[in-house]
Amino acid sequence: MLNSKIPDGPLAEKWTRYKATCKLVSPANKKKLDIIVVGAGAAGAAAAASMAELGYNVKVFVYQDSSRRAHSIASQGGINATKNYKNDGDSDYRLFYDMIKGGDFRAREANVYRLAEISNNVIDQFVAQGVPFAREYSGYLANRSFGGVQVSRTFYAQGQTGQQCTLAAYQALMRQIKAGKAEMYSRRFVMDLIVIDGKARGIITRNLVTGEIERHGAHAVVFATGGFGTVYYLSTLAINSNGSAAMAAYRKGAFMANPSMAQIHPTSIPVLNDYQAKLTLMSESLRNDGRVWVPKNKGDKRNPNDIPEEERDYYLERRYPAFGNLVPRDVASRAAKERCDAGYGVGSTGLSVYLDFRDAIKAQGKQAIADKYGNLFDLYTKITGMDPYTEPMRIYPASHYTMGGLWVDYNLMTTIQGLYAIGEANFSDHGANRLGASSLLQCAGDGYFILPVTIGDYLSEEIKTPKISVDDPAFDKAEKEAADKLKKLLSINGTQTVTSFHKRLGHIMWQYSGMVRNEEGLNKALKEVNELREEFWKDVKVPGKIDEFNHELEKAFRVADFFDLAELIITDALHRKESCGAHFREEYQTEEGEPLRNDEEYMYVAAWEYTGEKSAPKLHKEPLTFENVKVTKRSYK
Amino acid sequence: MKITLDIWRQKSPNDKGKFVRYELDGVSKEMTFLEMLDYLNDKLIKAGDEPVAFDSDCREGICGTCGLFINGRPNGPVKGITTCQLNMSVFKDGDTITVEPFRAKAFPVIKDLIVDRSSFDKLIQSGGFISVNTGAAPEANSIPIKKEIAERAFDAGICIGCGSCVAACKNASAMLFVSAKISQLALLPQGQTEAKERVRTMIREMDRLGFGNCTNTGACEAECPKEISLWNIAKMNREYYKATLG
Repeated sequence: MLNSKIPDGPLAEKWTRYKATCKLVSPANKKKLDIIVVGAGAAGAAAAASMAELGYNVKVFVYQDSSRRAHSIASQGGINATKNYKNDGDSDYRLFYDMIKGGDFRAREANVYRLAEISNNVIDQFVAQGVPFAREYSGYLANRSFGGVQVSRTFYAQGQTGQQCTLAAYQALMRQIKAGKAEMYSRRFVMDLIVIDGKARGIITRNLVTGEIERHGAHAVVFATGGFGTVYYLSTLAINSNGSAAMAAYRKGAFMANPSMAQIHPTSIPVLNDYQAKLTLMSESLRNDGRVWVPKNKGDKRNPNDIPEEERDYYLERRYPAFGNLVPRDVASRAAKERCDAGYGVGSTGLSVYLDFRDAIKAQGKQAIADKYGNLFDLYTKITGMDPYTEPMRIYPASHYTMGGLWVDYNLMTTIQGLYAIGEANFSDHGANRLGASSLLQCAGDGYFILPVTIGDYLSEEIKTPKISVDDPAFDKAEKEAADKLKKLLSINGTQTVTSFHKRLGHIMWQYSGMVRNEEGLNKALKEVNELREEFWKDVKVPGKIDEFNHELEKAFRVADFFDLAELIITDALHRKESCGAHFREEYQTEEGEPLRNDEEYMYVAAWEYTGEKSAPKLHKEPLTFENVKVTKRSYK
Repeated sequence: MKITLDIWRQKSPNDKGKFVRYELDGVSKEMTFLEMLDYLNDKLIKAGDEPVAFDSDCREGICGTCGLFINGRPNGPVKGITTCQLNMSVFKDGDTITVEPFRAKAFPVIKDLIVDRSSFDKLIQSGGFISVNTGAAPEANSIPIKKEIAERAFDAGICIGCGSCVAACKNASAMLFVSAKISQLALLPQGQTEAKERVRTMIREMDRLGFGNCTNTGACEAECPKEISLWNIAKMNREYYKATLG
């Protein structure tokens, strides 16, 4: 039943063939077609700008006051491309291979290869748009390495690559707004998706300033709504990042793929206190020069600089000599957790490890390190009051990215006709674990170069469809349901705040469905999430009114969705009786504590179908076939 | 510690607004300023009062959402940080803290501490881009750019669009914001083709939106959380002369 619509032909020719044979929309007809884009970070802004340039009428919706604030802005370390400027043997195939292996053989070959293939166009585009990437003294572009690879293919702008790339896409979008081809609806929250005769035809939004519920119609809808790592409450995401659009699509028939594939990033600044509302990432690029270690002696409370070399356990270098500190994120995170759980963690809570630049500063000099990571070091000092130039950073894993998301085919279309999901919102390219510097690449690749082509193939069949009327009964029904849900949240008038529920939910998820999972814990989590959801709907306190600016009401709506999403994540994690990538089930590991995949039974994408509020989701499987790589045990040793 | 907060409360854009005093006990030095406001709101909600509306998102100083005017300064007393990076450890037990929205004609108040900064988007729309359509880009290394030039462009490009410069300026001028973008794009060869048109249209738009003029007090640079340099304003002025005289 799931048709991934992968084009025929050899891997390296699929995208070329697709482009040569897909259906097109004439310029005259593009003018008659409306497209809604929800979310405008690197993916959404790139897509909206590119489709507007093509001549479509694009309406963009963001919850922020400006699309420049979307959380892609916080992406730090870089963006990969296969330019091979370093002459170190890079190629499209090698990036493809690294991502397939990095994703632990749970991503779709054709999509990943396409991304590698367009990676160079993405860099070209960003440079032309004015992204000030780092350069060598020669004036040519500089590169650095990232985890899980042995070439140097990452382009970067200090630790603010995401900011520079996102602003470039934002500026391209602003240019189209000025040109009258795109329209911006900021401070809008998407409450529902409108599906008419099986096709996505619009959205219901809440104007966050006035509280008004609004209807918007279009010939196609694009969700570029990012990830839902905030289901863990504390995460490296923006505090308003959420999973509500994805859940709205899911409830309307879009399948949710691999929702349990959640990346816990190894190098976040640790939790410092109970009041904390979010965690701040320290870029993976730091592991180029930083060495990760803990003391060899349990509970060693000495100042780290006083601990001699022979009493330090550089556990990543010890366990993974081939990749050392540059092992992929899932591996590094689990290894940190393993050391801390065993009692070797540092800091007052014992829940952190050192990331030490002493040797790099000695070898390269302070200035060289400052050139590469200066702003990250400053950020660290601002938050912790400690100076990484003179003492090691303390870091710990944190919820960061969701590889899972809405299931999409090769066109990036979900199981709802005319509904597309791009960027982190979809599932397609990162399998069970995402490699560093490939998220910006995927966002920009989807937005600039893939969606603008594939959406034409669908819209070519829509040229006779008149403007979508928002008077259709489907809009009436969805608008009423949205309003009813808000009214219900306001009417409970219980005793506990929305945030307190979110915190408790996050705690359950982190405890039982985080870096390490097992059947017993997941079952317990399922039960606890259900109980907490019941409590929420009986006892949450949401102040204020429906028709005004009401932050608490927004939050309540999102948290209500997080419960349902959490249930789906746990369900997926329970069903996958293997360990792969970020999904580590304790029951399935090697004697050395490495994940044990089960390719015979689980080499598929798990796509979940909504079947109703009270009934269990239905599992659909997209089998994964690997014709261009040898499926091996994923090892970084 | 116990602190006193004088917070600007304003129900809607047309409401007159006023300061309301809150006594807040149990504030920890480990909280960030915004976590302290979260804590206040938690208490207000439980007491059946309306929480204070304020904006924030990334809470790591990069999205530019959260700016507040704290004790008469954008983002409070510490240099080079956003509001979300301000820690309560800089305050003492018994302190009184005044919290206001960023005030400028071009930033109307929406509610309490939240302002409408869409005028910044309009400024970028007026020319803050390079007009290259998707697909039209040449090979990335075809134009070498001196390291220092790329770094200078980066230093201008890191503006987060928070509006602190406007809030700090007695004329509510947006010169630092506009100049950072003009300078970034004018420094880079790929942005030079449109440099003259860009500086003209962006400056015209700045005036149209009701931002004030620059009288060189340097308050914008002093209060910019990203420490964007006044050099950019000088660069913009040079670009403007080139565009209008040349």
